[in-house]
Amino acid sequence: MPMRQGPVIFSEIEPYAGIKKAIEMGSGAVLDEVKDSNLKGRGGAGFPTGLKWSFAVIAEAERKFVVCNADEGEPGTFKDKVLLEEYPGLIFEGMAIAGFAVGADCGFLYLRGEYRSMVPMLEKKLSEMRTGGALGKKIMGADGFDFDIEIRLGSGAYVCGEETALIESLEGNRGEPRNRPPFPVNTGFLGYPTAVNNVETMTAVPHIIAKGPGWFKTFGTEGSSGSKLLSVSGDCEKPGVYEVPFGITVKEILKMTGAAGARAVQVGGASGCCVPKKEFGRKISFEDLSTGGSVMIFGRERNMLDAAENFLRFFDEESCGQCTPCREGVPVLLEGVRTLKRGECTKGYLDDLLSLAESMQCASKCGLGQSAPNALVSIINGFKGDYKLSKKIKEERAFHG
Amino acid sequence: MAKEPFAQSTSRAPISQRAQRIEEVEKKAMVDVVIDDIEVKVPMGTTILEAAEKVNIKIPSLCYHPDLCLAGVCRVCVVEVEGEKNLQASCAYPITRPINVTTYSPRVRRARKNILYLLLRNHYGECYSCARNNNCELQALAKEYGVRTYKFGHLDKPRFEDDISSYAVERDMDKCVLCRRCVRTCIDLQEVGVLEAINRGSSTKVATYLDKPLHDVICINCGQCINRCPTGALKAKDPAEGVWKAIDDPTKHVIIQTAPSPRAAMGEEFGLPPGTSVTKKMNTALRRVGFDKVFDTNFTADLTIMEEGTELLLRLKKVLVDGDKNTKLPMFTSCSPGWVKFVEHFYPEKLDHLSTAKSPQQMFGAVVKTWYARRNNIDPNDIVSVSLMPCSAKKFECERPEMDDSGYKDVDHALTTREIAGMIRESGLDLPNLPESDFDDPLGIGSGAALVFGATGGVMEAAIRTAYELVTGEEVPFENLRVTPVRGMEGIRTAELPIKKAVDAWKFLEGATLKVMVAHGTANAKKVMEMLSRGEIDDYHFIEIMACPGGCLGGGGQPIPTSPEIREARARAIYEEDEGLPIRKSHENPIIKEIYRDFLTEGPCGHLSHKLLHTSYLERGKWIGKQPKARKKTAARKKKK
Repeated sequence: MPMRQGPVIFSEIEPYAGIKKAIEMGSGAVLDEVKDSNLKGRGGAGFPTGLKWSFAVIAEAERKFVVCNADEGEPGTFKDKVLLEEYPGLIFEGMAIAGFAVGADCGFLYLRGEYRSMVPMLEKKLSEMRTGGALGKKIMGADGFDFDIEIRLGSGAYVCGEETALIESLEGNRGEPRNRPPFPVNTGFLGYPTAVNNVETMTAVPHIIAKGPGWFKTFGTEGSSGSKLLSVSGDCEKPGVYEVPFGITVKEILKMTGAAGARAVQVGGASGCCVPKKEFGRKISFEDLSTGGSVMIFGRERNMLDAAENFLRFFDEESCGQCTPCREGVPVLLEGVRTLKRGECTKGYLDDLLSLAESMQCASKCGLGQSAPNALVSIINGFKGDYKLSKKIKEERAFHG
Repeated sequence: MAKEPFAQSTSRAPISQRAQRIEEVEKKAMVDVVIDDIEVKVPMGTTILEAAEKVNIKIPSLCYHPDLCLAGVCRVCVVEVEGEKNLQASCAYPITRPINVTTYSPRVRRARKNILYLLLRNHYGECYSCARNNNCELQALAKEYGVRTYKFGHLDKPRFEDDISSYAVERDMDKCVLCRRCVRTCIDLQEVGVLEAINRGSSTKVATYLDKPLHDVICINCGQCINRCPTGALKAKDPAEGVWKAIDDPTKHVIIQTAPSPRAAMGEEFGLPPGTSVTKKMNTALRRVGFDKVFDTNFTADLTIMEEGTELLLRLKKVLVDGDKNTKLPMFTSCSPGWVKFVEHFYPEKLDHLSTAKSPQQMFGAVVKTWYARRNNIDPNDIVSVSLMPCSAKKFECERPEMDDSGYKDVDHALTTREIAGMIRESGLDLPNLPESDFDDPLGIGSGAALVFGATGGVMEAAIRTAYELVTGEEVPFENLRVTPVRGMEGIRTAELPIKKAVDAWKFLEGATLKVMVAHGTANAKKVMEMLSRGEIDDYHFIEIMACPGGCLGGGGQPIPTSPEIREARARAIYEEDEGLPIRKSHENPIIKEIYRDFLTEGPCGHLSHKLLHTSYLERGKWIGKQPKARKKTAARKKKK
């Protein structure tokens, strides 16, 4: 076993302990345990996993599917890479337990295209598990428990990390988010109920089943049980992947990673928000600072508008181009932040930009567009010293093209 | 679901755009919804937009279209749903539980306005030089929401070249707002799949395969995308300039043939409600515009029935009596040029099933420059033959190189209902208030059977009225000649017609049952062709297919907008007008009798008919690139023999 240490994900566990226990308990009890553990989606949105699965259970269909979302594309996130490389068995075990709970016999690992070099290793692990009876027909000898996993590769689109776009991509279509409702647990892959969970969520499942929800809940806060893997990067001495219990403060993370000079921390990657120094007491949790794992540290010499511009450039390239607020709004915000950097933005135009940001957050079709303005808004509000507004009364309307 | 859009039943409609998995039992359940404090009960699965419509609350929308699957991409129709953190697209939100909706809130208003500013940002081009001026959904929204400035900028130069390569459809992507109605029309509704979104983010655009010119891809020119485009990004190629030039030239004899469908729809261009027939006012208008003669395509629709009906009977004889293996049944109609090109591209191996009869437009062109020219002593060189069609594919059809059997270009210009309406307006004419007048003689006489060509099932109905009577010597056994089994708006319809007694010439048909099928929209055509490939419909004899949903009256050249209700209203107008006509069967048209007596003396499918009124097809396949030149018909026929 790898030499990583942490309270939950990196804690010790016998291979297949979760799967064996799950078979012993029966699928109903597995679902109850996961519900009881209050495990929430580790991709960042934090939807209760047990509830998600129960929706897939009650949906009537001839087939059901489980998908593990390994399209880790959020800038500054690399914790799933560690799990995929070092704990693939645990991920697949989690998927099998998910399949057992929701009644699916087929699972997909949707792997980020850039991680294609891992495929031979992952395939090897899969065949090992098939030989070991942990995948395939009659898993661990349990009648009626058939489950196998197929690896599918993405092609480098960030938006395919959004679960419905992921499903479109799985089906061979252009990766664009679907309307929700219907949710994938009701109408997912090929129209069948599909439970999509993040790599880290899947990895937590065998631990919860093997060690019990009570144990799981001893970590974290009331609303956010368990632990979180963080990918820490930026201006710090010890970047890397850390497993921390929920409830840890930004200050504690900075101390742990040796980032004494930090002036800002971007939590949640490009789609997250930027925390200024005076708010370093805030906690990593679903109630306060929710994150898919990315923690980017910015040192004293950084201008945060540069960071905002960088994030928006990213979204400009990665928006699927389907809905108006995101497709057209991101370039406007990008142009806006450039105007702001040049000191040419008036108070009136800044208000227009903030109004646009609000509309994008509430009216975009998927999480990408809804969260694209987050960083900019938090930087405009939290780092007023980083920019100067133009004294002009009227904006010279920006023409583009 | 309250209403299932036409595209919902097609096989290509993506699952994502269908509604929630709802059990059949649940569909019947009613759900309570509160919209802006008004309570309403709706069937499970109804969208918020549909529910709001029921209580007369108007929610603005752009990417939504009643014929198409859900998209939810423009986000103009967002509303507040109690309990949801974000705004929801009302067009794509299926109601499956009691919800409380607010269609108007400060947040909604800000979002809608901001979205409009964003849409206008990349919409390049001025309204007054646009084909859709005053009939543009974006323009209407901008007006409704009081847009007075381009808050987030506006393009000051074009980004794209116009694609004018196609004979039928022109694309100006600078006006595209990426609502993707055209994509959903082409892929889901018609299953042709020429248009799709490419690239991502702000580089997203709607494009053809490898961004090739429309002429070089497998577009069938049906123009359904034009009918559903909310802006002027897609339009039909407008040959009005050439027509004006001919009208203004005193040496030219300019005639116009008018297809049955435009007369049931042109009123819409002048503010009349859908389903108002304006036949006789249109005649006056066309004369005042300057056409020397106003004729009726119904005449050659009757001629088509004679030729195509005879071809069918001959094919039946060859197969049933002579046991000819090379003659193919079922025979398919060939009036719809979109459908013809669809077969040429998608099922080239099935071209032998198509009737060789030309479409009524092309028959008319051939007759005008031969029989009519000779009768009236006019040099065919001086005749400019114009057609008023509900169709954009007719523009392509009249440009097909083999369509010159009269020795001249059979039809010089094919104009759509919209374009002729434009010429009428330009002449300062107010169509609804014009006096009525009849068509000109002799090519202005058409039967009611020809008139119903405009509706899906119409060609079949006309063919049945004639063929049944030719074979049995008796009128079709339907009240008031209404062949109801082939009427309606269902995608694929079938009918059986037992022939109990036959006249001597067709004795071999006695005791047989004629099996026919009708399909409209190429998505349904595809289903039929797949059935044919699987050998499931070998016992059918005659199949009518129209490329456009609703048939010609839903054609790509008809007034915009279109919807199931509008198409049904137009169909009603056509069927009503049929019942008021003195001649209601093609073979009873006196001019038809005359032309076979004086000109096509060998009768239907005779030698001259074959030369002038029949054609051949091109095995195009799905090869993309420069289209091969058409074979000359004569060469093709020789090869067949």
